[in-house]
Amino acid sequence: MMLEIKNLHVKIVEDETEIIRGLDLSIKAGEVAAIMGPNGSGKSTLSYVLAGRDKYEVTEGSVTFNGENILDMSPDERAVSGIFLAFQYPMEIPGVATMNFLKAAMNSQRKARGQAELLTPEFIRLVKQSAGDLGVSMDILKRALNVGFSGGEKKRAEILQMALLEPNLCILDETDSGLDIDALKIVAEGVNALRDKDRAFLVITHYQRLLEYIVPDTVHVLYDGRIIQSGDKELALHLEKNGYADVIASAA
Amino acid sequence: MKTPVKHTIGEEALLGLLQKAGPQASQTLKSINERGLPTRRVEAWHYTDLRNLLKNYPDVGSSNEATAKTAMATCKIGLPGITLPIINGGYHPELATTLPQKILVASQCQTQDWGEIAKDDAIGLMNMGLASDGLTIIVNENALIEDRICLSHIMTDTKSAATRHRVKIGAGASLTLMERHLTANRVAAVTNTVCDLEVGDRSIVTWVIDQQMCDLATRFGQLNVNLGANAELTILILNSGGKLVRQEINVEVTGEGSELNIRGVNLIGEGAHIDVTTRLDLRVPDTVSNEIFRNVVVGNGHGVFQGLINVASIAQKTDARMACNSLLLSDASEFSAKPELEIFADDVQCAHGATVSDIDEDQLFYLMARGIPEKQSRELLITAFVAEVFESLEVEQIGEVLNERIDNWLSNNG
Repeated sequence: MMLEIKNLHVKIVEDETEIIRGLDLSIKAGEVAAIMGPNGSGKSTLSYVLAGRDKYEVTEGSVTFNGENILDMSPDERAVSGIFLAFQYPMEIPGVATMNFLKAAMNSQRKARGQAELLTPEFIRLVKQSAGDLGVSMDILKRALNVGFSGGEKKRAEILQMALLEPNLCILDETDSGLDIDALKIVAEGVNALRDKDRAFLVITHYQRLLEYIVPDTVHVLYDGRIIQSGDKELALHLEKNGYADVIASAA
Repeated sequence: MKTPVKHTIGEEALLGLLQKAGPQASQTLKSINERGLPTRRVEAWHYTDLRNLLKNYPDVGSSNEATAKTAMATCKIGLPGITLPIINGGYHPELATTLPQKILVASQCQTQDWGEIAKDDAIGLMNMGLASDGLTIIVNENALIEDRICLSHIMTDTKSAATRHRVKIGAGASLTLMERHLTANRVAAVTNTVCDLEVGDRSIVTWVIDQQMCDLATRFGQLNVNLGANAELTILILNSGGKLVRQEINVEVTGEGSELNIRGVNLIGEGAHIDVTTRLDLRVPDTVSNEIFRNVVVGNGHGVFQGLINVASIAQKTDARMACNSLLLSDASEFSAKPELEIFADDVQCAHGATVSDIDEDQLFYLMARGIPEKQSRELLITAFVAEVFESLEVEQIGEVLNERIDNWLSNNG
């Protein structure tokens, strides 16, 4: 298994609220796993916990990635090990030029893995290529990171980062929210282009719509901090048609 | 009868030097002898208790051509432009870059025409008593000087120096001047520099104060400006060193239609006390002024900003803004901000604001989640916070020099 989550319990550090309550999930290399669930079920919390946000505390359970326990690793160490979170709300950082940020991220990871750092011409070439594929204009990359980007541009910039950093596990946290249908198609194409037998995806979404374009191998329903049902893409269609109520009722 | 003050060790040392300085020091000597240096009870010095903070005042320094050459080589003065070296308080014309014909520079000890010095103007008083050299720089009308002129002050030892410069910029001229203040490593030098700047009508001037002394040094600086009509003046201040620093900026705006921009960055390290005090006197209608300061404080550093804007009753249509934003990076770090508006005109726009914050945890997480280590992520965010002040500078090179200082400071203090 690439990612193995066992009996995970997570609470918010500040107010001790338990959000994840005994979650089990396994994802194989090459698999696209979708997580669906109503608001407040813990979807975004799960993505933050995997990426290492310190305002959540793991009180029980384990998470291993390629056999390694990641819970003691800092966010940058997790990134270096191959985990990437495409944020639901990418941060705007005034004063940090997007290109400088991209270069710092790529070279930090390369350095940590003992690879040679990219020289500027090679870096520019890689960015131009990926930006072209994703329809991201080089003009917006001259701006400060995510500042003045439209909602769609922010999401595309996340996928651009993902393409450049070439992670093994890509977590997409509601990447479809705020996207019109054209932007959604571009983003999905970007994701599909990265599908690979050595790379897994954890796609978190409210709606089945995204899964028409990024077709999942497995679908899991998250409710009240636990996976209450798992299936294939048919499960997503069922949820779209009938809502969550009967799945929740049959799990109770 | 007032009880005479009991002098501190710093005051004793200062009084000793003033006694040796001769007649030019008599007023200063009398004042400091009777009242001592200002304490927090003097309003202008409320956040910088000079009497307690000034621990010593070393003997007056000196230099010859050989020490000056060494100093310039070790302190890496080699910036492009015109360098006027002032080593341990003495100007070295033999080492200066040749000047364009449109600029006249004369070195002289100025002991006359001090004008009136206010009781609480400790920097002016000390300078009057101790100034041993200074430059008079006169720039011709309509002169367009492309090379930046750099007054490079270097201290090589634990000595003191006081200099007073006068700069007169003719109408319609355009140029960049830079005051640099450096020391050798680990010298507890004390310097005092007063610059009187007259900006002629329609001229476009950038004045940079780049202070990067070692963390034992003390600096008192004062820039007194008279701004003419339709002139544009940008003052950039970067404090990235020093143990005790007080930089005063006094601008008298006497020309209608003028535009004043003051942008400052104070990087305040462990054990440092850095105070920037500005006073704008807006005396005529239709002027624009903008002040922005960004401060970063680490360890037990203490920063101070006092900004006074005085708008005279005839100065209608004034547009004056002032902002002071500070990042406090430790529990022991401290910043005191005191913006003040004194407005006697009724048709003006004036605004001021002060904020204090820490690194934004969400931004930090975002950068780290991309694999950038914590230290480097913090540095990126701190640089972003301060570098904004120097963004979109017309003199791009200056921005680069200042950004390099910021990087150096962060690698030592981050």
